[in-house]
Amino acid sequence: MDTPAAAPKIRFRDTQIEMAHGAGGKASRRLIEGLFAPILFGSSQEPLGDAALLSINGTRLAITADSFVVSPLSFPGGSIGELAVNGTVNDLAVSGARAETLVVTYVLEAGLPTEILEREVRAMGRAARAAGVTIAGGDTKVVEHGKADRMYITTAGVGSLIPGVQCSTRSARPGDVVLLSGPIGDHGITILLARGELDLEADLCSDTRPVLPLVEALAREAAQGLRWMRDPTRGGVATALNEFARDCDLSVFLEEDKVPVRETVRGACELLGLDPLHIANEGQFLAVVAPEYADRALEALRRAPGGQGARIIGEVREQPACTVVAATPYGGNRIVDMLVGDPLPRIC
Amino acid sequence: MKYVDEFREPELIARTSEEIRRLADPGRHYRFMEVCGGHTHAIYRFGLKDLLPPNIELVHGPGCPVCVLPMGRIDDGLSMAASGDVIFTAFGDMMRVPGTSGSPLEHKARGADIRIVYSPADALKLAKANPDRQVMFFAIGFETTAPSTALTLMRAKAEGVRNFSVFSNHVTIIPAIRAILDSPDMRLDAFIGPGHVSTVIGCRPYEWIARQEGKPIVVSGFEPLDVLQSTAMLLAQLQRGEAKVENQYRRVVPWEGNRAALKAMAEVFTLRSYFEWRGMGFISQSALALNDAYADWDAERRFKVPGIRVTDPKAAQCGEVLKGVLKPAQCKLFGNECTPERPIGALMVSSEGSCAAYYQYEHRKSPLVSIPA
Repeated sequence: MDTPAAAPKIRFRDTQIEMAHGAGGKASRRLIEGLFAPILFGSSQEPLGDAALLSINGTRLAITADSFVVSPLSFPGGSIGELAVNGTVNDLAVSGARAETLVVTYVLEAGLPTEILEREVRAMGRAARAAGVTIAGGDTKVVEHGKADRMYITTAGVGSLIPGVQCSTRSARPGDVVLLSGPIGDHGITILLARGELDLEADLCSDTRPVLPLVEALAREAAQGLRWMRDPTRGGVATALNEFARDCDLSVFLEEDKVPVRETVRGACELLGLDPLHIANEGQFLAVVAPEYADRALEALRRAPGGQGARIIGEVREQPACTVVAATPYGGNRIVDMLVGDPLPRIC
Repeated sequence: MKYVDEFREPELIARTSEEIRRLADPGRHYRFMEVCGGHTHAIYRFGLKDLLPPNIELVHGPGCPVCVLPMGRIDDGLSMAASGDVIFTAFGDMMRVPGTSGSPLEHKARGADIRIVYSPADALKLAKANPDRQVMFFAIGFETTAPSTALTLMRAKAEGVRNFSVFSNHVTIIPAIRAILDSPDMRLDAFIGPGHVSTVIGCRPYEWIARQEGKPIVVSGFEPLDVLQSTAMLLAQLQRGEAKVENQYRRVVPWEGNRAALKAMAEVFTLRSYFEWRGMGFISQSALALNDAYADWDAERRFKVPGIRVTDPKAAQCGEVLKGVLKPAQCKLFGNECTPERPIGALMVSSEGSCAAYYQYEHRKSPLVSIPA
């Protein structure tokens, strides 16, 4: 019989939970790697992805879960219900899986108008149909007024693997190219403006959408060259690429002027001192592709509906390891670090 | 983006960078201080150091208001928030600045009512919306932000909003520059003058730097082309053997400053006889307090403030970095005990702090972290 394992060593030393631990940046990573992983996931050395891949009686599946606490509940281009479906569908898609079914949990604050709940449930129904996924069941809890902010939604999803796709940061090599599916920062800036705390207005919508059709288009043309995918949600492109660089012990070299950013997002970021690379997205994804597949992959994305904005934004290099470097358009270089702190809380 | 893209035009930037190389004497080492933290941020953010020849050294100055605030003042502000009926308001920059018992953000996580506002007017709005609570605004900044604090106080007085108060930590730039020039370990050739402060005070207050100290100063904008052009203007002055005040940021900075803003400041503030600056000690007549006419809105008079002086952690060399004597990476704590995530000094917190800018944009570019002095 096995001897009982020693209690795993915890490296998370923060004495209390703060908003930054949920912001998707460095503090989140520390919490997951320092507390959750050692206790819950044991000694697995697999880099942490957006979904877990399982094999049940020989059938390979992907599974993931995501919670949504966005404030305000609805905003230009979407609402919490739509995010809750698309977010989980996208986590599965960038893990190389097609979402098959979701289960959903609602935490509701007493006093929430039924009208709002119904609106969000309908939004979920529409989003599920659009993404081609069923909702198989769920659970509802209600807490006292003042103990939650209107409603929180958690969705968990199971997906079947897209044939031919086998992503792993271990397969990344210097020379691989980095693809981005379209303009960044729309979601985060939309939410920031929708809160009405700033006297700023802009004609801008959240980019929330399922990225599955784009991932499938990419897989059809370049599955064998696909090394890694990620949807850059909280923490933005900068955080996603830093995690990639760390997991594969390589460097990512970005060309700043190749990263697509809408004028309105760029303007808002300039005014507020934010970096678009740190702003959340809900309908874009990053892919790292072997160089010989780069042109085909980009072509496939651009031909797919909603993929016209796709660009090659950089490449994988050997040095400086575990680091993202951006070439500014002026001939200088800068480091692109992960998000520190939490400039925009509760964006999803 | 208008007024931005013109100043980020790669070809013009390349040309200015060449001009700098032409003007710089290869046999000479230049030390230019950019006074303002906004410039420090721009220099790292746009990778401008890569565009300068190696014999031009940019020395980061004290113009980051969050960075020069001594820890005791943060503790004083937070002590007001400890009482349950006070709403503590401040700019986002302040939120992660460590006090002795944690940052405002940590106090917020423990239950204190601490809120980010984007302007003092928002804090006043909050006071009007919460008439049964006290709303305190933690005011911080050089002459750049002092006028908006002043105007808000004038409005609070005019409208009789009694539950609003201001904890003034406003400081003035000229005494800080004087303290740096008086510092014996400081060898500087010229200054890149602060842009935003100068929109308020204008360019005249710098004339003594040129006349008495013999150092050229160019008031500069914050875009890549601005900073490079200002550098070229400084080199041209040095080449001609001149020392004068020049205004590169003419599209924003009037030579005489902004009279209306200065008037509002004069209406509300009085000079403190001295004020403590982190790392630089007490500097006389370097900070603003509310004057007697605004005593009723002065948080320091309304609340009991402990006023304790807190010494910085011994190993932290914030003072040396603030004065430009050390580069961020030369501090013993840089990147080890002190990171943007777990800052020990405010220089590692504010986006205008040289340590944060250096850490975020620069320090892992090459495997060599330490820079020779």
